Amino acid sequence: MSKKIGVFVCHCGTNISATVDVEKVAEEAKKNNPGVSYTTTYKYMCSDPGQKLLRDKIKEEGLDGVVVAACSPKMHEHTFRNASKKAGMNPYHVEISNLREQCSWVHPDKPTGTEKSIDLVRMMTEKTRKDKSLNPIKVPVTKRALVIGGGIAGIQAALDIADAGHEVVMVEREASIGGHMAQLSETFPTLDCSQCIMTPKMVELAQNENIKLYTWSEIEAVDGYLGNFDVKIRKKARSVDLDLCTGCSSCWQVCPSKKIKSEFDMKLGNRTAIYIPFPQAIPSKPVIDREHCLLFKDARKKNIPPNDSKVCRKCLDVCPIAPVKAIDYSQEDEIITEKIGAIVVATGYKELDDTSMYGEYGGGKYQDVITGLQFERLASASGPTEGEIQRPSDGKVPEIIVFIQCVGSRDPAKGCSYCSKTCCMYTAKHTMLYKHKVHDGHAYVFYIDIRCAGKDYEEFWLRAVEEEGATYLRGRVSRIYKKGDKLVVLGADTLTGSVVEIEADMVVLASAMKAQDDAEKFAQKLSIQYNKDKFFSEIHPKLKPVESSSAGIFLAGTCQGPKDIPETVAQAGAAASKVLALLSADELEREPVVAKVDRLPAPIFSTCIGCFYCKRVCPYGAIAEEDIKARDGSVIKTVARVNEGLCQGCGLCAATCRSKSVELAGFNDEQVYAEINSVEFS
Amino acid sequence: MSETKFEPKIIAFLCNWCTYAGADLAGTGRKQYQANVRIIKLPCTGGIDPLFLIKAFERGADGILVSGCHPGDCHYNSGNYHARRRWNVFRPLLEFCGINPDRIQFSWISAAEGGKWVETINSIVDTVRALGPFEGYHKLNTIGPEISGEAAAPSETG
Repeated sequence: MSKKIGVFVCHCGTNISATVDVEKVAEEAKKNNPGVSYTTTYKYMCSDPGQKLLRDKIKEEGLDGVVVAACSPKMHEHTFRNASKKAGMNPYHVEISNLREQCSWVHPDKPTGTEKSIDLVRMMTEKTRKDKSLNPIKVPVTKRALVIGGGIAGIQAALDIADAGHEVVMVEREASIGGHMAQLSETFPTLDCSQCIMTPKMVELAQNENIKLYTWSEIEAVDGYLGNFDVKIRKKARSVDLDLCTGCSSCWQVCPSKKIKSEFDMKLGNRTAIYIPFPQAIPSKPVIDREHCLLFKDARKKNIPPNDSKVCRKCLDVCPIAPVKAIDYSQEDEIITEKIGAIVVATGYKELDDTSMYGEYGGGKYQDVITGLQFERLASASGPTEGEIQRPSDGKVPEIIVFIQCVGSRDPAKGCSYCSKTCCMYTAKHTMLYKHKVHDGHAYVFYIDIRCAGKDYEEFWLRAVEEEGATYLRGRVSRIYKKGDKLVVLGADTLTGSVVEIEADMVVLASAMKAQDDAEKFAQKLSIQYNKDKFFSEIHPKLKPVESSSAGIFLAGTCQGPKDIPETVAQAGAAASKVLALLSADELEREPVVAKVDRLPAPIFSTCIGCFYCKRVCPYGAIAEEDIKARDGSVIKTVARVNEGLCQGCGLCAATCRSKSVELAGFNDEQVYAEINSVEFS
Repeated sequence: MSETKFEPKIIAFLCNWCTYAGADLAGTGRKQYQANVRIIKLPCTGGIDPLFLIKAFERGADGILVSGCHPGDCHYNSGNYHARRRWNVFRPLLEFCGINPDRIQFSWISAAEGGKWVETINSIVDTVRALGPFEGYHKLNTIGPEISGEAAAPSETG
């Protein structure tokens, strides 16, 4: 395969030519290299005339391979490939010699730089000689999006995508959408009621015809690739038929199990066994908690189908729907497969509720030491106390309340070094809410630093101190212990250098935002990366903040890291716009740098021996087993095949293959050996 | 052949995402280092076949660097872990064959570590310069199967 290769050496102004003799490099490229039929140098190859020169010479000289010796391929590989494409040459016959970043800028001595440049150009010339024509891979796109998680991030992303005219499937594992935002009382820095701004969005989502909502459902498996995901959804048995049920509330009013701790109220209130999590729930239809329901408990004990148990059937008896009742004890989990083009992950966070590691704060033993979210529920008009601030142990209104910031955040000794970002602001909000409800009460706050970076945030915090009179003490609390019905908070005020002892009625811990308990398992299901704290990783912290490491999967909200509501909504909008860009095309084009398992004529078919080591190392599940069959249908052998849609082109399979049957396009063995062989060793 | 001073040639196999970008960053920062290195870019260190390294030695490289993303930072999730495992098996093999393992280094250099790239290159060049030229294969070619010094190189002909 003889090629006519053109070598274009760029001066880059003087960036290259000052320390590299570019003329000599061009001259040497031709010497002893019959494949190189044309060489030139040019002041700025990337400029418009430079690109024109490239295009013209490809045509005039009939080049079928090009080496541009210029800056890093990260800068202009794309530029020169495009230019070659315009001149009618396959763009994958263009290689870049990195003369600037990796030579002229780092080696000030001209003869040294020139010698190295000659080597670099020769290496790329040899690689170009082995380049094969590649064509972008076209992948069809299913124009539907999946949003995982029905909190504010998921809701925002789903609405944005649906409003642009695409179908959205939303999967929420709880019985209602709403997430943490629905639990909050008021929001900073405006103190507007959270539910008042949240519930209309929830209703909007439920009524949007483009959105298909699965609540009480979880993601079972995600297969496929960008534009073509097959998502298996487990619709958990709700024991209530959503189509029949009208949400009339008769059933949960008669349910005898009334003392189950409500998850929505952070265990400060109670719910029944058949329940809706909160009055504004969407869908406003109940679910039976099979763990606590008397009938299911009985059926489990006797090992009989739930329908045969006669212990309590009050909800079924009272259900007014006829002729078929909406309550169905025999319902089972259902697996549904949805075809999806792009995915938004908005699975949210979990509040640090296990304070047992904070033995010094009572380790979860003191009823009146509560978490931030529990305080939200106390302050919420829809909460267990209808908005009255009462301490959980005896319902007394606390006269002195202590807030402790950074519980589970910025505490490397407890294994959580990061800042949860929202606690400074929500604690300031809590002191205000407290003062608004308990006028003669006093709030103390122990803090490490006050981090109120955000629009109107600093002013908000100052209001808490200056207008509402909260006392901020800079220091950690070393111990909380009980004295009568009081909690003695022993801390330090590092600004005055004194020990502080406060007899408080209630203590609120500004507990950290943690990743969901199953975040790691979930990330593995989707093949996305996560950090040491199990928050999902964006692919670039600055320039690609919503893209996950898997193509077509985007991140929104606190599953990616702690953030407040405005930031969450902004990120959800960004994720939605990325999804929309993807769904706007009928076909996607992908770089053809993918692996391929060879196929040969019969009787060999492939040199693949079917060991499938490649399948084991592939991080993307892109290797499939393919049966090669005879005419009568009998399997002759089973060999590997690479799914081009899934393959990301890392080359792990090629390096692992024992029979050298896998080739990575653009970086095949021949090309690498050509590069190695072309280095001049003295 | 230069009689005056031995200048080693080092072949560096770099991953596209971290170390290659780190080497670019060293350039952008105008950080100078020794010019003895020739870079071969691959998508991922996990895609580096050990035979590439053997080939480089066979061709006359005096030293080899393999460098990729830090653990946990691999663009392809787990490629660098595979590279590390392969390296853990390959290194003792080289040692067994009589090649001084200092001639071949493995490192993690991120796209933000231009300085580390410079230090790594200078250190491997100095180390290999002190070791002298790698003549294992050349000796095999000229004097046949007799093995002397550190020249017990792997032979493709057996």
